[in-house]
Amino acid sequence: MRASRMRATRFRAVIAAGAVATLMIGLAGCADSDRDNGGGEGSSSGGTFIFAGAGDPKNFDPIFNDDGESFRPIRQMYDTLVTHKPGTAELVGGLAESWENDATGKVWTFKLRQNVKFHDGTPLDAAAVCANFDRWYTMKGEAAQSQMIYYQDVFGGFEGSPDAVYDNCKAQDASTAVVTMKKYKGAFPGAFALTAFSIVSPEAVKKYDGNTVTQNGDSFAYSAFANEHPTGTGAFTYGGWNKATGEITLTKNPDYWGDKAKVDKMIIKIIKDENTRKQELRAGTVQAIDFPAPADRKALAGEGYKVLDRPAFNILYLGINQKNPKLRDLRVRQAIAYALNRAQLVQTKGPGGAAVADQFLPDTVLGYAPDVQKYEYNVDKAKQLLSEAGATGLTLNFYYPTEVTRPYMPNPQEIFTVLANDLQAAGIKINGVPRPWNGGFKDDVQQFGKQDLHILGWTGDYNDPGNFVGTFFGRAKPEFGDDAMTEMFSAIGKADATVDEAGKKAAFEQVNRDLATKWLPAVPIWHAPPALATAKNVEGLVPSPLTAETFNSVSLTK
Amino acid sequence: MVRVVLRRLVQLAVTLIALTTLVFFWLRSLPGGPVDALLGERATPQTRELLTRALGYDQPIWVQYGRFLKNVVTGNFGNSIRTGEPVIDVISRSFPATIELALAAIVIAIGLGIPLGYLAARHRGRLLDNATIIVTLVGISIPIFFLGYLLKDWLTQGLHLFPPSGRISTGMDNTDVTGFFVLDGLLTRELDASADALWHLVLPALTLATIPLAIIIRITRASVLDVLDEDYIRTADAKGLRSPTVRKRHVLRNALLPVVTIIGLQTGALLAGAVLTEKVYNWGGLGTLITDSIGGSRDYPVLQALILLAAAVFVVVNLLVDLSYAIIDPRVRVR
Repeated sequence: MRASRMRATRFRAVIAAGAVATLMIGLAGCADSDRDNGGGEGSSSGGTFIFAGAGDPKNFDPIFNDDGESFRPIRQMYDTLVTHKPGTAELVGGLAESWENDATGKVWTFKLRQNVKFHDGTPLDAAAVCANFDRWYTMKGEAAQSQMIYYQDVFGGFEGSPDAVYDNCKAQDASTAVVTMKKYKGAFPGAFALTAFSIVSPEAVKKYDGNTVTQNGDSFAYSAFANEHPTGTGAFTYGGWNKATGEITLTKNPDYWGDKAKVDKMIIKIIKDENTRKQELRAGTVQAIDFPAPADRKALAGEGYKVLDRPAFNILYLGINQKNPKLRDLRVRQAIAYALNRAQLVQTKGPGGAAVADQFLPDTVLGYAPDVQKYEYNVDKAKQLLSEAGATGLTLNFYYPTEVTRPYMPNPQEIFTVLANDLQAAGIKINGVPRPWNGGFKDDVQQFGKQDLHILGWTGDYNDPGNFVGTFFGRAKPEFGDDAMTEMFSAIGKADATVDEAGKKAAFEQVNRDLATKWLPAVPIWHAPPALATAKNVEGLVPSPLTAETFNSVSLTK
Repeated sequence: MVRVVLRRLVQLAVTLIALTTLVFFWLRSLPGGPVDALLGERATPQTRELLTRALGYDQPIWVQYGRFLKNVVTGNFGNSIRTGEPVIDVISRSFPATIELALAAIVIAIGLGIPLGYLAARHRGRLLDNATIIVTLVGISIPIFFLGYLLKDWLTQGLHLFPPSGRISTGMDNTDVTGFFVLDGLLTRELDASADALWHLVLPALTLATIPLAIIIRITRASVLDVLDEDYIRTADAKGLRSPTVRKRHVLRNALLPVVTIIGLQTGALLAGAVLTEKVYNWGGLGTLITDSIGGSRDYPVLQALILLAAAVFVVVNLLVDLSYAIIDPRVRVR
């Protein structure tokens, strides 16, 4: 009897053991819950600053990148010749103390800073700068060239291409580099500040085979330079990328030529889900997050976190495709503009600090005209214009993207709903067409022009009107449909080619006035400041309108 | 037995070839594509053309297919479009993360599920049984996504009992040996890292375990009840065999067969559940990899390899389930 009871007890114990073991896992965890994560050290300098970014970088060779997530670590490790005054889009000296171009606008002379060294100890001099320009221009192979998206866009093409803008670069002396272009390009000097054109160590490129990009299957493989040995002049040096944990480590560069980093180390932690980024901030495991959801901003601010608005350097617009003959009538396009209650949209769906846009560039950019025609909300006027144009009962296909948020468009579906309701109220029937961003939207809208209306936008790359209106309306595009808008193309082309700054300003102001009154290829909707949020103890993080923050100014207090 | 294994291996090969072809053509029939994904918003038409040529997308589809097949046969799945790394590297990094999570979930599901199911059956109709039925109903009905966020909100915010996401604390030094963080910490005697990884594992594993746990409890309970009603149990009791012996030798052993089947089937469900769980907890495993590869970047090379891998895992797990039948119930061996 006793033996059987013992067996029964043992059996129960076995069954219970599983349950206990499972609970143990939980308890083991609890014990460690107040673990320090190596964050703030309680002093005003030093320590580790952990920043939660929203996506993986591609690699760390600036020239082969074009996205914000790659540029974030790149900006900490490299410098550009010209840069932006922190918190603004104003150009100031970077590796070049000063720069000037000649009367033709084709020759740019850069006076370089003295005693600047790359992380590998080699000097930053005019020869190194020229080696960079030459490297880009002479890059071989379609695989590599196809990944130099900014270069192709700004410099027109590579060695041998008739559209190439670059001619040559000469080192006049150790600290003077003279870059000669084949033709004037309005994008400069602003484009010299593009992160893609950061100056890299020519020695490191050579040593780690930086120019070799090979195609493998459906993609490309990059060099050791791009993946393991990024070498620039920046305030931080590369400390490694742990892909299993999604952490990029950057270490303070004690020999930095500019303001040295205040923290010893910074970690960029990749957290794609915005809700999780917020929770990590609240848990204290990261000290700053990128792009908090607009809906969370108030709550975070209420809890004492710092919500930092980047000055808006973007635009959301409602595109109108004139392939549809009905939309070729200016009155119909104006009716659409009058039908939209943009002020209300900004109030209800805009992230904090958003403002109604009345032209396609922010007011900090040259050529912004304060006196453009503004389309105040007027549904009667819209109906009247539609009737005058014989377009009553108009039905339009309205494309909007899904599976995506953009800094200028945090909630495409909601924006679409509000705009569509406004248009319906004016008597335009709307057929909504949702398409995944990379699964049809960009193709249908930008390549095939299937839509009548669509929402899309842009964050500026550098401070130049051509980067905004030129990008949208400077040439015939399926997005807006009518190849016959030659007057618009040539006016923008002419403004872009004006070397004299005052002349350029006047020309672009006129372009902006005409865009509103004569051409109206789209309706500007809003400028929306994308935000950052940080813990209370983070000081000195200056939000950049170009989302181009550098973190050397950041310190952690108690 | 050998014949069973061989037959399954042939099945695996045929499945993989069929899937490969299907996946290749399906991916290419979708709108958008890697060219779009790689180009972003700033590309000029010239760049688009360059890239299309560089990737060989200007060639006829059967040439692309031939090239793809050749690569697969030689074990080259290409490089990830998103990160530029060899696909094999990307997958072999994410694989241990998911397996670690799934294993922890299985341990929880089995460790709690079989005892609870058994106890519920033994106390049929009583409070414990009724409570178990209600709890399992909730467990099966609750969406993983919701449960994940709920657990996180309760236990990580405010209470700070667990970390909200990730596999290990940011900045923690851990040596990567096998890719299983808990194990790596033990192997390299970095016990701190091991405990930290375990601490990070609790919530995701609990979330992922919920559905299989509920199912295992219910199946065990039903199965045990069935066996308890069998004549041979009554006979055994009548013969005077002591109750614990009956339970161990006869009840549980015979009741386990359907449970093992369910565990096998749940492996597939675990992988599917991992996609959501990983998203909620920023767990860098295969689930995350799948959503990343479909979502923004149309990462064809990674997707193709992942689908093949998933199929292979599924077939192998089912083979193991079949083999374990033979171990539990000798009659199966005759087949």
